[in-house]
Amino acid sequence: MTSFIAQKEEQELLRFSTAGSVDDGKSTLIGRLLYDAKSLLDDQLSALEAKARVDGDQPDWALLTDGLKAEREQGITIDVAYRFFATPKRKFIIADTPGHEQYTRNMATGASTADLAIVLIDARHGVRTQSKRHAFIAALLGTPQLVVAVNKMDLVDYDQSVFEAIRRDFDHFVQQLGIRAPQYIPISALLGDNVVDHSESMSWYEGPSLLHFLESTPVGINRNLKELRFPVQYVSRPNQNFRGYSGQILSGIVRKGDEILVHPNQQRTTVESIVTYDGELEEAFAPMSVTLTLADELDISRGDMLVTPRHEAGVARDIEAIVVWMDHVPLQVNGTYTLKHTTRKTRALVEAIRYKVDVEEASQVEGQALALNEIGCLKLTTMQPLFFDAYQDNRKTGSFILIDEQTNLTVAAGMILKADQGGSDTLLANPVSAAERALYFNQKPLTLWLTGRVGAGQLAVAQAVERALFERGGYAYRLDQSAPRGLFRLAEDAALLNKAGLAAVVVDDFWQNPSREAARAQVGADAWFEVHLEASLGWAEANDESGFYEHVRGQRDHVDRAQQYQRTTATDADLTLNVEQLDVPELVASILAALETRGFLGRLRDEPA
Amino acid sequence: MLETIAPAQEQAPPFRLLTAKNQAPSRTLPDRYRLSHLRQLEAESIHIIREVVSEFEKPVMLYSVGKDSSVLVRLAQKAFFPGRVPFPLLHIDTGYKYQEMYSFRDQFTKENDLDLRVYTNQPAVKDGTNPYDLGTAACCGQLKTKALLDGLAAGGYDAAFGGARRDEEKSRAKERIYSFRDRFGQWDPKNQRPELWSLFNGHIREGESIRVFPLSNWTEIDIWQYIELENIPIVPLYFAQEREVIDAGGTLIPVDNFPFRDRLRGPIKTVKTRFRSLGCSPCTGAIRSEATTVGEIIKEMFQVRTSERANRVIDHASDDAMERKKREGYF
Repeated sequence: MTSFIAQKEEQELLRFSTAGSVDDGKSTLIGRLLYDAKSLLDDQLSALEAKARVDGDQPDWALLTDGLKAEREQGITIDVAYRFFATPKRKFIIADTPGHEQYTRNMATGASTADLAIVLIDARHGVRTQSKRHAFIAALLGTPQLVVAVNKMDLVDYDQSVFEAIRRDFDHFVQQLGIRAPQYIPISALLGDNVVDHSESMSWYEGPSLLHFLESTPVGINRNLKELRFPVQYVSRPNQNFRGYSGQILSGIVRKGDEILVHPNQQRTTVESIVTYDGELEEAFAPMSVTLTLADELDISRGDMLVTPRHEAGVARDIEAIVVWMDHVPLQVNGTYTLKHTTRKTRALVEAIRYKVDVEEASQVEGQALALNEIGCLKLTTMQPLFFDAYQDNRKTGSFILIDEQTNLTVAAGMILKADQGGSDTLLANPVSAAERALYFNQKPLTLWLTGRVGAGQLAVAQAVERALFERGGYAYRLDQSAPRGLFRLAEDAALLNKAGLAAVVVDDFWQNPSREAARAQVGADAWFEVHLEASLGWAEANDESGFYEHVRGQRDHVDRAQQYQRTTATDADLTLNVEQLDVPELVASILAALETRGFLGRLRDEPA
Repeated sequence: MLETIAPAQEQAPPFRLLTAKNQAPSRTLPDRYRLSHLRQLEAESIHIIREVVSEFEKPVMLYSVGKDSSVLVRLAQKAFFPGRVPFPLLHIDTGYKYQEMYSFRDQFTKENDLDLRVYTNQPAVKDGTNPYDLGTAACCGQLKTKALLDGLAAGGYDAAFGGARRDEEKSRAKERIYSFRDRFGQWDPKNQRPELWSLFNGHIREGESIRVFPLSNWTEIDIWQYIELENIPIVPLYFAQEREVIDAGGTLIPVDNFPFRDRLRGPIKTVKTRFRSLGCSPCTGAIRSEATTVGEIIKEMFQVRTSERANRVIDHASDDAMERKKREGYF
């Protein structure tokens, strides 16, 4: 009994993804694998058969695999689902991904952790664009092994020439991509041919059945045991005498006494012990989660990386990467995002789209925008350096995600190609760009133009906004009339502050001209935000501390002006707020909310210590 | 022979997959550097637990006293050894758990130096909420879902670990490891964040939270094998023993301390039974079994042909019962 259990505990794990269209028979194939591997249970089967009786048809395997109510109603699969089965030889985790056009992001998600991908092709239809796309994305995400299952062979009379034609077509496509040749298997998922057992109807096929291949293909073949990559995930200090660095070994092997190098401070030390709950280890290897203690007390924190000195990781702030865009809001060139890479988070600026990838044609195309489910090559600059390897060498240290700073959504999956040429080395020679300033200040240049009648309280609001921006880590400077300035001069100064990457908060009660078009043109529409503080003349006059109204009324000549002023309200404000109804904190909150909506303000959220 | 001639005007250059290896690896892994599936799952779960503790301010572990909770606790101990588990355990108590569960809970948490908090929807308990008068759905809604949401809010927790697994139920198959919840604790299955590699996005706003499922990729068998391998203590109810049960239409309900004994119709028998999953006594049945050790349970598992939660009354009320409960905030 014990040996039986022990043997089961020593099983290997293979993760694979499946992709196929509604009609390719993917659900049938998965249902068949689960059924034949006896992973379907009586109550699941009886639920299935009960449904089949009602519909008077064969069991509908999709009922097993379509988990969400919305999907069952619409008859589609909308999300990656994970399924599990085991044979005496191996345990399997399937990432079952929907094959619709709009779900590139799901296929990428499923492929990101897979050792193998099964691409289904309907024998009747031959190689279609959809199948190429599935193979392309699986390969793009670095899935080491592709299996092309040519399904529904029963519907083409198990004809070898149909299979061979598909193999030829697909091989041609794969060669273009420059990836390893896939394994081709002719099957009938419905009837079980070549799924588990060799098909008697296809004696011409001499290769393995699908399950046999899944059970025997080497696993962990892309596991890298050469270069140690150990990102520090958690600094463990349970008491004064213990200081350990916890994390998961992403690649390589670490032994007690090994010399290691710490990125980013480039100090060297040796591994004193490898601590685990089950006792100290002499050596540990990927993908184990361990805690290391080091011989020297160095300043090491979460996000740092311990590596083999002989094989350092790449260190760069400028990288070139392929990204799959996953959000409904398209990529913003010159936009900033939070980038998460290993255990490190930093801000990243998208400097440019180098090219886009046309998945249908498997080719590079020009493009200046990246929308949902599109793939492109980006140049990125990060605020802190990344410690990385090229994705093709190391999936764990070559991958990252981008997070939108406003919505907190994961908007992209990235695969690092290389450090960008002309990056850090020549950095000194390059002038600091506006984009770099934006990244550093965590804000877009902004001119907040506060206008309104004399006495509407612009100065008080401006001071409060300036402070509020300052408190949340922003860099703002207030421009008012403490020195006499004209409208145009204020706009010029604001534009200069904006050029330096700062926010200008401008107090304006020049009342002759209801339009601020000239100032807006000087500052530039991208940075301009005009708020009109609205107050009735009576209220403004009552609250005016400057003596302006008294002065105007005292001068007969200026009666006309006072009348003119009575009509004046800003005609082109982005936001109008009534100061009679709101107090200063409310006004400030409204203004900040509007700025956030417009994307002027980043969200600063420091990691908890 | 007619060969296809390449067109004179080539289209865009074919895209070389620079992210993919173009050659087969030269050799396979040496045996000593292979990691069994259980150790791989263990390493992955520890990574998840540490990541949450590093990125969130106030995590908590939902503790249900069941076998998955026992495994989860062991993984947390491994993640922070030689330190203590750096977050509290929260037990949402309906008051209807078996006596063995309460005694196990108290002893287990004490012996393992765990910070246990218990939360109960007291007003509902005072009102005498029970599945017989309200129905299982409404009872769970009050004593489990509402208690859970209130308990999390009362503690101000921004991340809550749970022991749910993707193999348990089909709506769970699509749940993320980091499962985002809005300010009302609700799950929106159509709007989940994509989760790639092992890079988790823990960005939330004030008042929002995540549920974290470190056992997502484990199966029921994996749990039992791990319990065996690690010698993890579990509630004795999981082991077969002679129990006095009411055979209520095929569901075997132990009558010892059973609060609704007079409401059940059916013959009382003495049968050797055990529990495959533990819940509230009115809604969890026992199964006939001879398995008295973890090894025997595993052996039985390889023969058993019903899914784990089939003895839970709450799940099969309707086809999408679990999904609905999850949307409302249930685990």
